[in-house]
Amino acid sequence: MSANKASLQTTVSDAVELDVARIRQDFPILQQELNGHRLAYLDSAASAQRPAAVIDAISQYYEHDHANVHRGVHTLSHRATDAYEGAREKVREFINAESIREIVFTRGTTEAINLVANALGEQLQAGDEVILTQLEHHSNIVPWQMLAERRGIELKVIPINSAGELVLDGLDDLFSDRTRLLTVSHVSNALGTINPVGELVAAARKRGVLTLLDGAQAIPHTAIDVRQLDCDFYAFSGHKMCGPTGIGVLYAREAVLAELPPWQGGGDMILTVSFSGTTYNELPYRFEAGTPNIAGAVGLGAAVDYLSAIGMARIAAHEHQLLEYATDRITGISGLQLVGTATHKTSVLSFNVDDIHPHDLGTILDHQGVAIRTGHHCAMPVMEHFGIAGTARASLALYNDRDDIDQLIDAIHRAVEMFR
Amino acid sequence: MNAQPTELQDLYRNTVLEHSRTPRNFGRIDDADRQAEGHNPLCGDKLTVYLKIPGDHIDTVHFEGVGCAICMASASLMTEVVAGQSIDAARNTSESVLGTFADPDRDAENLPGQVPALAGVRSYPSRIKCATLPWKTLIQALSGESLIATTE
Repeated sequence: MSANKASLQTTVSDAVELDVARIRQDFPILQQELNGHRLAYLDSAASAQRPAAVIDAISQYYEHDHANVHRGVHTLSHRATDAYEGAREKVREFINAESIREIVFTRGTTEAINLVANALGEQLQAGDEVILTQLEHHSNIVPWQMLAERRGIELKVIPINSAGELVLDGLDDLFSDRTRLLTVSHVSNALGTINPVGELVAAARKRGVLTLLDGAQAIPHTAIDVRQLDCDFYAFSGHKMCGPTGIGVLYAREAVLAELPPWQGGGDMILTVSFSGTTYNELPYRFEAGTPNIAGAVGLGAAVDYLSAIGMARIAAHEHQLLEYATDRITGISGLQLVGTATHKTSVLSFNVDDIHPHDLGTILDHQGVAIRTGHHCAMPVMEHFGIAGTARASLALYNDRDDIDQLIDAIHRAVEMFR
Repeated sequence: MNAQPTELQDLYRNTVLEHSRTPRNFGRIDDADRQAEGHNPLCGDKLTVYLKIPGDHIDTVHFEGVGCAICMASASLMTEVVAGQSIDAARNTSESVLGTFADPDRDAENLPGQVPALAGVRSYPSRIKCATLPWKTLIQALSGESLIATTE
């Protein structure tokens, strides 16, 4: 019965295709020429662009509603608080969290992971173990290495195969009675691999191990339901999902968050302060010390509204189609090697062409209006696995179309000609 | 803000492409008198400069490593320029080249040998480090310190 319902939803969402031409009009930054060419922005995995609705929401907030939150009795403070807390509610609904008590605003995914590493880290003992993967962004490696140095915990790494997929054969052996956390990216930033997080979370929960999913690269591309994912923590950034930079979210299951000590001290995270003792605020405020990024939250709320109005299922379907088109075209270029060929992928094409260095490729493409990322993508262990210094990475978002892909392909051909 | 020239050929001149394809004096010197390693952590460019200095003058300069076309060409052109120079002269040459790479207003034609071919890099702020790495590494090698040069 539920299967029927799911397939019905898919059919409906596929039937109403995304009107990309109209969506492109929503993004002021895309309406420009770059180096004398139409701009083909293919670097959304690094940072997506913002629709006018997000930019306007931020301006509107600063022009009409700004004051500090949770403090004043005056009208503007009420409005600012309503705007900030309204954004929290939008985020809660977007990821289907049970309560706003589970939504902590942070600077981004990196800070969200650091929050867990610090707060949960306080409760870990030397010899406790954290499982992560070779596919992780540095932001889901370094905080755990720092914790390992500080508290003597051990890190266990799930390896990857030649397609850039996690190898789960030895997973059972990675767990021990000292395993406290499994932390894994939902989607790889460097390769686009969608990890089998359902299986991983289930394996961890069976053993009473907490789970953290780095959702930075998943949240712009697919509907996220934290209750269905069943994870304890889910971290993501505003700027990858058409929201502002400097704002992100840590979702944390309330029962888990309630047991964690605060990690930063200051205003807003307390109820009372005296030199004989301080009492901490309730969730989630206990984890939001200091005046928060109010305008950032407002902008994130507007981004959530924007994406929700379009529908994440339609966005996913559009990007999937475009990825297939792009993969088909790009693999037709002789001398081009795709890096990361997982069966389940989001809209990332990581590649090298002949022996052209990715940075030369990036410069030549930029000259033709094509913006891509080049280098190690903050995932050096992934590059090490493939024995390369870096890749060129084209990443897609809802506003990309076939013209962007065609422009990319033409530009790569130009680079190949130059270096022949 | 956007100081890029309209012509890509200003950056990838034929001399640059040719030297990057077929770098001169490429390879390790096992009995080098001095050597230094350079690393650009942002893009992963990595090279080692080897020097044979039998007396006051540099007899042979070699390099090996991996990097983009700009980095490889810059290293290759460098080995041609400083071979035969005294240690002081090579250091002065390097400082002068680095100064010219850093300042678009300096006359690039005063650069030694075929190094002016690299002057286009000055219009690409994100790529200047690729061109400077070999020269910074050479200075490190000349100083006789076994530290790793980096562009950061």
